[in-house]
Amino acid sequence: MKKITWRGMSIATVILVALIYVLPTLANNCWPHKKINLGLDLQGGMHLVLEVQTEKAVETTIERTIHEIKQELRKKNIKHLGVSHNSDNSISIQVQNQADLESVNPVIADEFGNFEVSSTQKQGEKRTVVLKLPHAEVVNIKKMATDQALETIRNRIDAFGVSEPDIRLQGENRIQVQLPGIQETQRAKELIGRTARLNFQLVDETGDVKSAETSSPPPGDEILYQIQEDPVTGATSKVPYLIQKRVLLDGSSLTDAKVMIDSQFNEPYVSIEFDRKGARIFEQITGENIKKRLAIVLDKTVYSAPVIQDRIAGGQARITGNFTTEEARDLAIVLRAGALPAPVNIIEERTVGPTLGADSIRMGLLSMVAGGILVIIFMVIYYKGAGVIADIALLVNILLIGGGLAAFQATLTLPGIAGIILTIGMAVDANVIIFERIREELASGKTPAASINAGFDRAALTILDANVTTLIAAVVLFQFGTGPVKGFAVTLGLGIVASLFTALVLSKSIFQSMVSGKKTATLSI
Amino acid sequence: MQFIKPDINIDFTGKRVKGFIFSISLIIISLVSLLFHGGPNYGIDFAGGTLIQVKFTQSVSVENIRNGLSTIGLENSSVQNFGKHGENEFLIRTSTPEMTGEGFSQSIKESLNSSTGFEPEIRRIEMVGPQVGQDLRKQALLAIFYSLLFITIYISGRFEMKWTLSGITAGAMMSAVYFLSAFNVSIPFVITAALAVSLVLFWYLNLKYAMGAIVALIHDIFITIGIFSIFGMEFSLPIIAALLTIIGYSLNDTIIVFDRIRENTTHSRKLSMEKIINRSINETLSRTILTSLTTLIVLFSLFFLGGDIIHDFAFAMITGVMIGTYSSIFVASPILLLTSRE
Repeated sequence: MKKITWRGMSIATVILVALIYVLPTLANNCWPHKKINLGLDLQGGMHLVLEVQTEKAVETTIERTIHEIKQELRKKNIKHLGVSHNSDNSISIQVQNQADLESVNPVIADEFGNFEVSSTQKQGEKRTVVLKLPHAEVVNIKKMATDQALETIRNRIDAFGVSEPDIRLQGENRIQVQLPGIQETQRAKELIGRTARLNFQLVDETGDVKSAETSSPPPGDEILYQIQEDPVTGATSKVPYLIQKRVLLDGSSLTDAKVMIDSQFNEPYVSIEFDRKGARIFEQITGENIKKRLAIVLDKTVYSAPVIQDRIAGGQARITGNFTTEEARDLAIVLRAGALPAPVNIIEERTVGPTLGADSIRMGLLSMVAGGILVIIFMVIYYKGAGVIADIALLVNILLIGGGLAAFQATLTLPGIAGIILTIGMAVDANVIIFERIREELASGKTPAASINAGFDRAALTILDANVTTLIAAVVLFQFGTGPVKGFAVTLGLGIVASLFTALVLSKSIFQSMVSGKKTATLSI
Repeated sequence: MQFIKPDINIDFTGKRVKGFIFSISLIIISLVSLLFHGGPNYGIDFAGGTLIQVKFTQSVSVENIRNGLSTIGLENSSVQNFGKHGENEFLIRTSTPEMTGEGFSQSIKESLNSSTGFEPEIRRIEMVGPQVGQDLRKQALLAIFYSLLFITIYISGRFEMKWTLSGITAGAMMSAVYFLSAFNVSIPFVITAALAVSLVLFWYLNLKYAMGAIVALIHDIFITIGIFSIFGMEFSLPIIAALLTIIGYSLNDTIIVFDRIRENTTHSRKLSMEKIINRSINETLSRTILTSLTTLIVLFSLFFLGGDIIHDFAFAMITGVMIGTYSSIFVASPILLLTSRE
């Protein structure tokens, strides 16, 4: 009768737990429902890093403040010689004389308290106040812009419908987006990267577009283009418009945007709905500008510029522009999710198609199986019976890595598979060190049982040392690595810990149970 | 079965001069190649750029692909066959990070379709902006530095049981780095300086085991990088992972030999250090070779069967493991002998 030892029990428990965790990956819908996650390089998908141009958000704030200052001064009947935006993101307000300056100052203090007066310059009678955003405020604007961009992008992706997207901040102003399994990468990129700033601006019909294009547009105007596609040839052309810079209404007053189909032309368009304030402004604009053209401008591109026929109440408008249903749907998504507070740039992209991912899995598994079998055969040939023990330890080792991956919800990547393959080689290393030591002890005339004990005792420290150094490398790699490389660090680290367990605990137990109770047992090694 | 008989007795320490000559020539060749190529050959992960992997259903010529690319302003890109022959897979690289945003993959598809007559499947796009590339390069170098640092602490502490001294060395290394980064010195130089500082300290503090292990480690890494440079292979993120693993793994053999040397020094005090070292190498020779052999078996299987994406990684590991095995016998132990002042 063999006694059930604590060590035997704990080994059995560890193996059982690993088995339970590995099962859901092999069979569907099985408790504990924790599958091994496949990285983007294995299942296909897109990895993007976006940089939020937070500088632009600061500029926008300055522009808006200038607009507000002008309005406020007009309201209070204070004369000024100009409010201007300086290159270092400060604002200069120039006034005629000291008396005007004294009436401007309280306005600044009351209404624009978040700015600080950095200097007041005299130039003869004229006075110039320079306003600056405090550093903390600039940092805050940038942070808000990044946070808001993250939130907006998340909403857009949710509306687009990607399963298990991963969207997170990276550093100060970067956003990392991972979309596993996505096929329409181009569409997703356009959806994510679009600023989607919607503006309603009047078309300046008094000016001449042609001359403005060659020289410069009249003050207060800008040239924006509408992109038109020839329905027959598919060729695109740009139609210039002279647009008043003043934004009458923007996308922040939207409450809803949805795709509708025009019953007359059977063409999709986006129907937008304003909130109450927006609806009131829209009614006012349309009422005041009948027979004029109102341009709907999205990200500095004119979508349409219809002539206002009548005052429009009820807060509804439509955006047309020869959309396909898909384009209309995406436009509705970005309008609903809102504009990005600042433009974003794609600064890193890694896209893997699903077929390549499948190939990688196939080849990774193939080399794993091939390498594993070769090692298993080698160990049996070289160490006979002991080789079989090492092989059992090796298989348990792979099982433990799989269980660990599932239990920690780690991601398996192609380098991660390489890490497992590497640990197959390294797991038997520990056994080799032990077996060689046992052989030495046997050669020095010790009994098998004594040789086993001495072999494990003496080799344990060496194995520990050797593995700690590799573990250090794995931990550092985990800290510094991203994506696929991190996956490598995970499997390498798990593999090292697992091989310590299988070599020093599992192999030892099997050996000891083989020689225990038998005085003259021979060792097959 | 036994490859190496237990009573083997090769005079390894006697061949140390030959070993040094071999190692030094490898280092010089590596150095020359690195200087000749103007530093390591950074892939797009570190240099920035765009990489596109396309696959055709029929065989097409590289010439036609080039023609197609030139119609969309990518005439300066390199096109090479990828994967097995007859797979019609190609790797297109451009050094400039193309804005892959607006209709990029669509325009690639269309231009290649019109120039080759077949619609390609775009299997992979990797675009790394210059800033990201710089960040990744910095991170990779820091990772190498930190793993060397921690391993140095562990080795010097563990082998000589002088944790205080190892702490001092680590402190010196860190302050060297801190001091130099304040002057905005480039990171490779900082790492070299930090390693030089720690080697001088090892010498001064008589941490001879640590000295041997770290010299062997630097030797392994440098030659692996050199061999990559000689073959014109690219450094990518997985290669850095391989280098770090080599740092950890190549020490294994050194640790086995050094452990035996320590064991033998306590047992037989009468023998000279040279005899002890030589005996220890011979006694552990079998396991040094076997452990590397089993690892090489799986690495070769990865190299031949794992596919092109993992190919270079496997190559780096194979090189590192081989050099690591060699260096534990012909670099680490002789250095230990040289620094063992009676």
